[in-house]
Order: sequence, then C-alpha cells, then structure tokens
Amino acid sequence: MIRVDPLGDRALQVTLGDATDQATGGRVAAAARRLARLPGLVECVPGFTSLTLHYDPLRAQPEALAGAVAAALAGLGPEEGGPGRTIEIPVRYGGESGPDLEELAARRGLSPDEVVRLHAAGEYRVQMLGFIPGFPYLAGLDPRLHAPRRDRPRLAVPAGSVGIGGAQTGVYPLVSPGGWHLIGRTPLRLFDPARREPALLRPGDRVRFRPVVDG
Amino acid sequence: MIEVLRPGLLTTVQDTGRAGFRAQGVPPGGALDGRALRLANLLVGNPEDAAGLEITLLGPRLHFGVDTRFALTGAELEARLDGEPVPSRRPLRAGAGSTLDLGAARAGCRAYLACAGGIDVPVLLGSRATCLPGRFGGMEGRPLRAGDRLPLGEPAGSHPRRAPWSLSRDLQPLPGPGAEIRLLPGAHSQLLTPEARERLRGEPFRLSPASDRMGCRLEGPPLSLSRALEPSSEGVVPGTVQLPPGGEPIVLLADAGTTGGYPRIGHVADVDLRLLAQLRPGDSLRFRETTLSDAHRLLRREARTLAFAAHAIRLHSR
Repeated sequence: MIRVDPLGDRALQVTLGDATDQATGGRVAAAARRLARLPGLVECVPGFTSLTLHYDPLRAQPEALAGAVAAALAGLGPEEGGPGRTIEIPVRYGGESGPDLEELAARRGLSPDEVVRLHAAGEYRVQMLGFIPGFPYLAGLDPRLHAPRRDRPRLAVPAGSVGIGGAQTGVYPLVSPGGWHLIGRTPLRLFDPARREPALLRPGDRVRFRPVVDG
Repeated sequence: MIEVLRPGLLTTVQDTGRAGFRAQGVPPGGALDGRALRLANLLVGNPEDAAGLEITLLGPRLHFGVDTRFALTGAELEARLDGEPVPSRRPLRAGAGSTLDLGAARAGCRAYLACAGGIDVPVLLGSRATCLPGRFGGMEGRPLRAGDRLPLGEPAGSHPRRAPWSLSRDLQPLPGPGAEIRLLPGAHSQLLTPEARERLRGEPFRLSPASDRMGCRLEGPPLSLSRALEPSSEGVVPGTVQLPPGGEPIVLLADAGTTGGYPRIGHVADVDLRLLAQLRPGDSLRFRETTLSDAHRLLRREARTLAFAAHAIRLHSR
C-alpha cells in the first residue's frame, strides 16, 4: 500500500505500511532511495512507516509531485533496505555511567549483569532519527528489558547516555531532558555538527552494543 | 564587533534556518518571524537570509565597536541609541562607541536586529542559526550572555547617513487579540469529536507561558478524539498541531523535533507561522480552516511582497 497526503503546505507524507516492523522500514528506505532525485524535492525524511517529502511551493505543485511520487514508487515490493552498515557502540554499563541499571534490573527481576548481557546481545535496527539531532530510534529490544519511562524525567541527561524507555532503547547524542532509564554511557559522538554528515547513525543501520570495562 | 552588555530575556543569533539535515534529526530552526528578519536585512543592504538577532519580549543592551548600519523590525521594542529613541523599520546608523538599549516589547513578541554585513559567527550545517535543542550554531549553540562579542561581516556597499523614511507597519502586521490563524487538515483531523472540531474551528485558545521556539502550547477546553490513538512517530513540520493526551494542543515551531508520535489534528499554513511567533503569553488566537490552494496563493503573495519591498528599499537607498 502507498498513500500520499499533504502534510501542511510545504510537505507530503508518503505512507508505506501500517506496522512499525522491519519490512515496512525496508520499504521506507527503498522508497527514499527511489525518490532521492525527484525534481522539486527539497528534502526527504524517513519516519517509522512513512516518508516526509519537503517541497518548495513556489517551484513545485503538490498534485504534480504526488503523481511523480506514485510513478517513481510503482512496483515497490516488500524490499529489504539493502546491505546496511553495522555499527558497534562501546558502552560502560552501570555505576556512574548507568545510574538506573540496578533499579531497572530489580524492577524486571534480573541481576544487573543479566540486564547488561541481554542488552549487549541484541542486534538493533535504526528505524529513524528524530526527537533531537542524531537521536536514533532502535528496534529489537528484548521484551524482558522493556520498562515504562521514569515518572520523573531528568532535566539533563549526559550526552552519550544509553537508555531504555518503553519498548525502545537508544542513545542520547546530546545533553537533553529525558525520561528513559539510563543503563550506561558511550564515548562515541552520535552527533557532531562539525562533521559533514553530523549524525553517526542512519536509518537501516544495524547497531550492537559492546560492554567496555575500565582498567 | 558588537559587545553584549546585557543579553535580554532570550536573544539568539538567527538567520533563515537550515535545510537538508532533517533526516538526521536537525530541525530547520531560524527566525520564527522570517518575514521580519528578511525585511530587517533588506533595510541594511544584506542578503535576505543573513544572520541577525532574534529578540524575545525584553531586549539586550549592545555596544557598537565600529560604525554600524542597523535596523529593527518585528515586535515594537523600546529602543534608545545613546539615550535617544530610535524608530523601527528604518535603516539607522550607530557610530563607533555608541550603545543601543532595547527594552520591553510594547506589541508583539519577537523583534529582529539586522546589522550591515550580518552577524559573522561560523556556519554549521549550512546556516548561522542557533539550534538550541542541538546546542550548536549561532553563538556557541546558546542564547546571548553578557560579555559576548559578535563579529560583523563586511557590509555590501556604503550607506546613506540618514534615511528619513520607514517601512510601513502594514508590511509586517502584528497579531491583535483573537488573531485568526489559518489551519490545514491533519492526518487525524477526522478523528476529532464533533465538539472538538467545533472548538478548533473558531473558539479562542490562549498562548501558554510554557511556549518557546519549539512550540506554542495552547490553553483552553481540552479537545478529544473519538477513539484512543497512539500513532507511530512520523515526520512533523513547523505548524503541525499535535494533540497530546491532556487535550491541549501544541503547535510546533521551527526548533521542534523533526518527528512526533502524538495525533496530528492540523497544520498551520506556513504564511501564518509568523503570527504565532508574535503572540505573547496570555494572548488569544482562533483557528480558521483554509485550503491548500489558498495557502499556496498566500505564499506566492508573500514572495511578491518581499520582492516589492526589496525594490522599494533599493530605490530609496541610492
């Protein structure tokens, strides 16, 4: 299924599926590749099940653009997102780097070591970037680690913090307010405005976390 | 070089924002009243998209190290140059060593100060705008502080010693009470209850003091959907109207996150985003349904208005 709807007066939303699963993620990525050079397109932003296409209303007509989108996506099958990269993220788990690890473990009836083992055993898929610059939404968290957001979000989560919120895990690229349970921290810069591509991760990347121990 | 003696309530370096990085989670940012910034730039002979200062409700006190041509647009601020009141919407000259004291906004919320040559902070990701959520750009990714020094670029051409004319206020009208904001449909508009649709169609909402560059929080009787909905996170744009569980809508602005998971009950027409930028906490607004073709017609008219203003300013600056 493909649906094209206006998103305000400077963008179109192209919906490619109903579920936030890997197949839909693959279709979103494949559609983004097909539409990358569409005339009149300013920018293309992947979501969980849709693409947002930004256009300049002084240069392009949404109806014509929607028609061009439909044509470009004709025959788009349930494709995989192509051979993505695998990025390994080193993490210091627990202690000062993961102040919520023990409480989360207790809440889930696990030892802190088991939480670390389960988290680091996962292979995660980057679904999209959003919320704040460089922030990756990662799919694939073991259900044993799911935990509702903290009642009291922190005003300032340290940059590089690895957290769990609901059914998602992710990494805060910058200092930001946040309500996730912080279980570790990485020294990797997930967002650097001085880089030509400032975000480290891209939709479709695979991510693994590697526990790092000091000393 | 401009030295910041007193920073004001929230003063940031802004240009017309950055494009091309939304997919990496970087919001477009830039001046919330884009038209006002562009007019200020035109008044001092800058390209429309040069970097200036966005000033919120209470302005800064600035010291000019060199002769500087400048102009003020947007909200009407108390403004004194070396103690003498100066008008807005007019190119002005600050001599080397002079002090510009910008006080409270009498009308509107955001004023813009443009200086000939533009504020010459580093370009990051294609823009000099301050990305507050990303903590980069502009002046070190943050609002101005006392002691900050703002470098200026090279002005294009010389400037007249005196300009006895001002741009008409009609070129950048400020919203009055109960301002009408044009609203386009959203993905979940159809799910609003009949009462909610009626309210959204013309009942007043009040701007909450909890509003900022990421969004206008609106106060009023809560709106409901006819069924519970937790949509997946998808792309949003400045102007997107979200409905969080509490029922009080949020209109996203230029610094908002690029994706959102709340129901989307409408989108403010781009041409009216500047009105939202000029509302003060406590001000009321109403939404008015509009169509895509009307919204686009108004954007074309906006472009013609700016082109006309640019032409008129050039004629009077010879």
